[in-house]
This record gives sequence, C-alpha cells and structure tokens, in this order.
Amino acid sequence: MTKAGLIRLLLIVLFVLGLEGLVRVGRIDPLTMQAPHKMVQDLGAILYSGKFNKAIAKTLGNAATAFVIAITAGIAAGLVIHRLKRLRETLDPLFATYYAIPVFAFYPLLILILGLGDAPQIFIGVMLGFVAVVVNTLNGIDRVPRVLLKVARVNGMGRFETALKITLPSAAPYILTGMKFAVAYSLIGVIGAEFIMSTGGMGYEISFAYNNFDNATMYPLILIILFVSISINMLISRWEQVLLVRRGLK
Amino acid sequence: MSAPTPHLGLRDVEMRFTRPDGSGEPIHALGPIDFDLRQGEFFSVVGPSGCGKSTLLELMIGLTAPTKGRITFEGQSVSGSCPDGAGVVFQEDASFPWLTVRENIAFGLRRMQLDRHEQEARIEKALTMMGLIDFHSAYPAQLSGGMRQRVCIARTLVTEPRLILLDEPFGALDQQTRLLMGDEVLSLWRKTGATIFLITHALDEAVMLSDRIGVMSLRPGRLIDIVETHWPRDRDSRIVEDERFGQITARLWRSLRAESMKAIGKTAEAS
Repeated sequence: MTKAGLIRLLLIVLFVLGLEGLVRVGRIDPLTMQAPHKMVQDLGAILYSGKFNKAIAKTLGNAATAFVIAITAGIAAGLVIHRLKRLRETLDPLFATYYAIPVFAFYPLLILILGLGDAPQIFIGVMLGFVAVVVNTLNGIDRVPRVLLKVARVNGMGRFETALKITLPSAAPYILTGMKFAVAYSLIGVIGAEFIMSTGGMGYEISFAYNNFDNATMYPLILIILFVSISINMLISRWEQVLLVRRGLK
Repeated sequence: MSAPTPHLGLRDVEMRFTRPDGSGEPIHALGPIDFDLRQGEFFSVVGPSGCGKSTLLELMIGLTAPTKGRITFEGQSVSGSCPDGAGVVFQEDASFPWLTVRENIAFGLRRMQLDRHEQEARIEKALTMMGLIDFHSAYPAQLSGGMRQRVCIARTLVTEPRLILLDEPFGALDQQTRLLMGDEVLSLWRKTGATIFLITHALDEAVMLSDRIGVMSLRPGRLIDIVETHWPRDRDSRIVEDERFGQITARLWRSLRAESMKAIGKTAEAS
C-alpha cells in the first residue's frame, strides 16, 4: 500500500473510532446516532432475519436497471451526438447546465406519466446518470487520435465496426469515468425517489425507520448502501487503473 | 526486357479544398500530377512542408477523392476505399494502446478470410522480421517510439500488401534509429517484392532507400523532378559512402532549394 493510501485508511479508522468514542462518552445522543459497533451488529441482525431482503432486492435491482440503461443509452447517444456536429453544438450548453436541474422536483409529474410502480424511480436514476455518461463518452471520443480512424478506413471498416473496435476501446478510460458517476447517480436517483413517495425499497424503509426513531434499522440500511456504492465504484476504478497503466498514463 | 508495368498510375490528378469558412476560391492543394509507380520499385517523394505530400498519399489509397483526374491500382480505379493489396503506415503512432503487440499485428489480418494456421504463421513471421518476438505480449506504451512504429509496419506487413505506402514513418525517430529502420525497410522490400511508396522530408533517407525520387513543389504540389538512383537492389544504409550518393543528394537539393525557401518565406537568389 502506498503512503497516501495508508494515511487515507488511518483517517477512516480514526473517524470511526472517534464516532465510537463520542457516542460512548455520551457526547452524541444514541437517539441521534448509534455507535459504529452497534450499527455493524444491527446489520448482522437485519441480514440474518431477512426482514429487509425484499426492500434491498427492489432498490438494488432498480438501481442496477437504471445503471444499465444509463450507460447503454448514454454511450449510444454519445456516439451518435459526436457524429452530428450541429446537434452537438445545440446540446453542449444544455449538458453543461443539466445538473442544475432538480430532477426530483419532477417526481409527481413522473408518477402521473409513468404510474405508481418502479418505473418513475428507475427513470429518475437514468435521468441523473445518463448525461454524465454522454458527456464523458463525448469527451473520450474527442480524444481518439485521428490516425486510428484512418487505420479503420484503410482496413475498410464501416461506421459500426469502427465504433466497436476503435472508437469505444480508445475512449474506454473516459467512459469508465462516466460509469462511475452512473453508479452513484442511479443509487441516488432510485433511493431518493423511494424517500419521497414510494411504499417500498431501502429509501422508503430508511425514511420509515427515521420517522419512528428506529436507529437499529436506519443505520444498517445506510451502511448497506454505502457498501454497495463504494464497492462498485472501487471495482470500476480498478478497471480504469488497469487501462491507464496499460496505456502508460499512470 | 519488356517495359515495366505500372503498378499504380495517376492521370492528371488535382485536388482542391474548399476553404473552412466556405468563402472565396477553393484552395488548389495539389496537381496536376501525372506519374506511374513501377511494379516492385522503391519510390520516394520529397518536398517542402505543406506541399501536399500526405494529401497525395491519401488520394492514392482512396481516403480522399481527387477533384479531378483518375487513379488506378493494378488496372482498377481507386475510389472511396483502400484497394485490396495496398497497405499504409502513417506518420503518427497508429498502434492501438489497448491491444498487445501481437493483437495489434493481428488486427488487419483477422479481417481477411484466412485459416487460423496461416494467420498465426504470418504473425510469427512479422514478429520475427520486425524484431518484436520478445515483446509480443507487451502493450505499445511499454515500447519505444521506434518499436511502436515497427508494430505498425508489422501490422501492415501481415496482410502481405503488394503496395506499401509509408507516410514519413520515421519522422519522429532520432537519426541513428531512422537509418537502421531504413535498412529494415530495404530488407523487407527485397523479401516481399512489394512496391514501396515513401514520403519523407529527409533527402538522405530518400536517396539511400529509393530507386526513384520525386521532388514536389510548393502548393499546389506538383512533381517538378524525378531522379533515378540506379542503386543495386541489394543495398543498405552503407550506400551513403558511395560518391554518387552526394551527387544525387545535391541534385535533389538544387530542385528543392527554391521551393523550400519559398516555404519559409524567402526568395531564392538567382543562380
């Protein structure tokens, strides 16, 4: 492990220990926050009882769906928009200001359009992640060396084959950056939507537990979300790292 | 002996580009150019920067269509796409950073209808010929610029092109490496029997490698001189010691000097 990595780990450990200490000496009210060791204990209990399996499956399933849609649609849109210069010029400023839009404000409207099921929640996850993927894909395609595209033409490759074998692999490190955003955004979108007006899922359960001072449920669920989000993010980062090292960029 | 058959022919080829803002007269970049590449010869083109050498190459492999004129390769008209049997090595590093050396070399080959054994045999041969056998599983980023260029040459060689076009492939390399790469190109030219068309800005490189050297003028690029070297087929970089090497280089420079001075904005003195 590098020195910076060691310090980072130390910081996290210190934070957790500090939290544990503050709760134990009573500086933090256990009704506000539980000691970290208690959170882990409760997490074990929750997973063992299987009480929230359905909620966990619903949320993670919806987030995964949103993620997959955001990256496939985002990459495809990136490829298409890159080819259409006029469209690109039109959309670029919109992309730049996109994240100023409070997507959640549209939730009631989405329910009217998409109904009360999972669809509006997934849709919000997609809406949040999609543009990050498009923007990063475009950024990556912009950086594909022109000479590689000439090689494609010399080899008689058509548009589709060029995209698949040259453009996308060349832009891969940038697309992975977009994917990292998409992981976080799809979770934020889905869980946030569950918070607001859903009747199931982890977001709903967290909000329900919060309203009932049920810390033994709320904190373990938050831990699960943190764990899932960070693990996937780390996996993609690893992949990104491998690509960058291979290209002599790290 | 019968007259040499033209391998690639350019008839009255001209290239004009519309200005980026679409206004005014189109820019006359090239031509008219009229010449034949002979079967199996080593032909180099030298010229001042910006004279359209790379445009000429792009026309020859069908990447760009000429505004006027006709280009034929082995009797077939070249239009729209790179003809089968022609291979190109570009000036810039065109290796694929996400593929290993072996996968890079296999890239064009995989697109051909060949059985697996033949493909593998060709890859092994190219790896050996280009001195890359120990690096077959390395990624381009781990290699020097010269070796990456060899990967690109090998990637072209495996398709066994009958015409190889090289666009300043050694431009980014240091002088010693360039001379040695020149030797390698000469040796593969002999081994493959392919016709080679080389674009370079280095006069010594052109003289050392070529059977014939074309001199291009400033824009609009035209061939203003073609010099024949009469070197033996079996030659290498030691040919620079030959007294005729200096004479040929001098003649090229005479043809090129005025054009090059115009290119840097000076007027050549009358001589």
